[in-house]
Amino acid sequence: MTVYLPIAEISVNLFLILGMGGAIGLLSGMFGVGGGFLMTPLLIFIGIPPAVSVATVSNQITAASVSGVLAHWRRGNVDFKMGMVLLIGGIVGSVVGTWIFTILKSIGQVDLMISLSYVIFLGTIGILMFIESVNALINTRRGTVKRKKLHQHYWIHGLPFKMRFRKSKLYISALMPLGIGALVGILSAIMGVGGGFVMVPAMIYLLGMPTSVVIGTSLFQIIFVTANVTLLHAISTQTVDIMLALLLMSSSVVGAQIGTRLGTKLRGEQLRGLLALLVIIVCLKLAFDLVITPVDLYSLGEGGH
Amino acid sequence: MFSTVRKLTTTVAFFCAIALGWTTHGQAQSSLVTDISSHLISVTSDFTGTELLLFGAIQIADEEEGPNRGDVLVVVRGPEKNVIVRRKARVAGIWVNTEALEFERVPSFYALASNRPVEEIAAPDVLNRLRIGPSRLRFRVAKSEQVSLPFEEAIVRQKSRENLYSDQETAVYFLGDTLFRTTIAIPANVPVGDYIAEFYLFKDGELLGAQSSPLFIKKSGLGRQIYDFAYDYPALYGIAAIIVALIAGWLASAIFRKD
Repeated sequence: MTVYLPIAEISVNLFLILGMGGAIGLLSGMFGVGGGFLMTPLLIFIGIPPAVSVATVSNQITAASVSGVLAHWRRGNVDFKMGMVLLIGGIVGSVVGTWIFTILKSIGQVDLMISLSYVIFLGTIGILMFIESVNALINTRRGTVKRKKLHQHYWIHGLPFKMRFRKSKLYISALMPLGIGALVGILSAIMGVGGGFVMVPAMIYLLGMPTSVVIGTSLFQIIFVTANVTLLHAISTQTVDIMLALLLMSSSVVGAQIGTRLGTKLRGEQLRGLLALLVIIVCLKLAFDLVITPVDLYSLGEGGH
Repeated sequence: MFSTVRKLTTTVAFFCAIALGWTTHGQAQSSLVTDISSHLISVTSDFTGTELLLFGAIQIADEEEGPNRGDVLVVVRGPEKNVIVRRKARVAGIWVNTEALEFERVPSFYALASNRPVEEIAAPDVLNRLRIGPSRLRFRVAKSEQVSLPFEEAIVRQKSRENLYSDQETAVYFLGDTLFRTTIAIPANVPVGDYIAEFYLFKDGELLGAQSSPLFIKKSGLGRQIYDFAYDYPALYGIAAIIVALIAGWLASAIFRKD
């Protein structure tokens, strides 16, 4: 059974799209990530134009984040103050990102930029996560668990405009979360991701937030950043396909619920190790495509009028 | 929109003039009577492509001409658009778009059918002049300073790969001496817009007559409404998309809530 996507202007198999949404939802539920970094390349792979994939996935992530944040909010795991500061940075970043995206689209480099950002970010984060989780696995096998310091102090803590974040038990410069928020906003607009895979490690390792409030707070600000990206793409490039977004939403929320239940059966470092492997595989595939000689050196784009 | 309609009417007028010119001038000659199965193709949300039936009859004026009834060519052209062709080159190990060339008025769809290979029907210069066959389409370069041929070939190659250009993949069949029919596949990824179906009648390598019919391919139903909404009210569309996402997220959370 096929469905015609009005904005992407192609027909796709309904069950393929639902299946992809379900599978990515399953992974995102298991690993606690939005899954945009997997969904966008997959959509491009099945023939959805990259620009439509990026904008539509932003829209889908808004839905996924709302559903996630509500669950965390009920458990009191959202630092709204921190979320707002990250958000201000995020809004600025997504405006800049959409602007960059529109320029790249007009000069024909948007596909390259999407692929390159994926390779760089997925590669770095995948490798770091993999090393970390392998170390953790080795340590637990040896039975030696290092006790971490409550707070580590870096140069970051010397920055001005200090603010107190009660829920996160932090007293740090507002510039830090603003900067992280802005970076994630840019990525979100260019790559069609919520940015959770950058945001979560940054909040844990750079800001030193307690892990319990990290995911809820990250999801909280992702709702607004992806909503902003959706709006900006709808206005400047008309690439949000609401039909595709709805199909992805409906199956990914079901997948996410199953994934969350599966996730509780696995150990934390095993989960992180598996996710790291997945990230590295996607990264290698994209890197490979950039390097091998393309089937056709020429590509067509829409001209001006 | 208005300019395309005007373009279409002038083309139709041009073909009618050709047809009239040939039928009325001097001694009676063969001419064409043609039609297509549908003048409006609706791209609905379950559209998977369709087949267009094109048919007609040759009105043979001179009965004593014998078995040689002539050759029929059928061309379906889609709306013309500007296209940018980019060429990749290896830069620091990775493939990057380096050169770009813009072409004006490239048909977004082009299909040719004929009763025998076109090269046997007419001389190359006639075919070139009438732009018969994807390989004989000539695209105008917006700024002509570069070598454009490989870029033009790329357009034909890519459009053929997307099933948007086809060159004699289906044949024109004759039923008896004068009736003929052919089908042209309209793929699911067909661009919407104003199309034109052209029929040419050749005899002994000479163009005897031509006919054309307009064909409209339009999005309809929900897809049409979504598309129009997205382009006419982009800000409202964006807000609607966000509201849909918020409701979907809230619904999912409410349904799966474990209490």
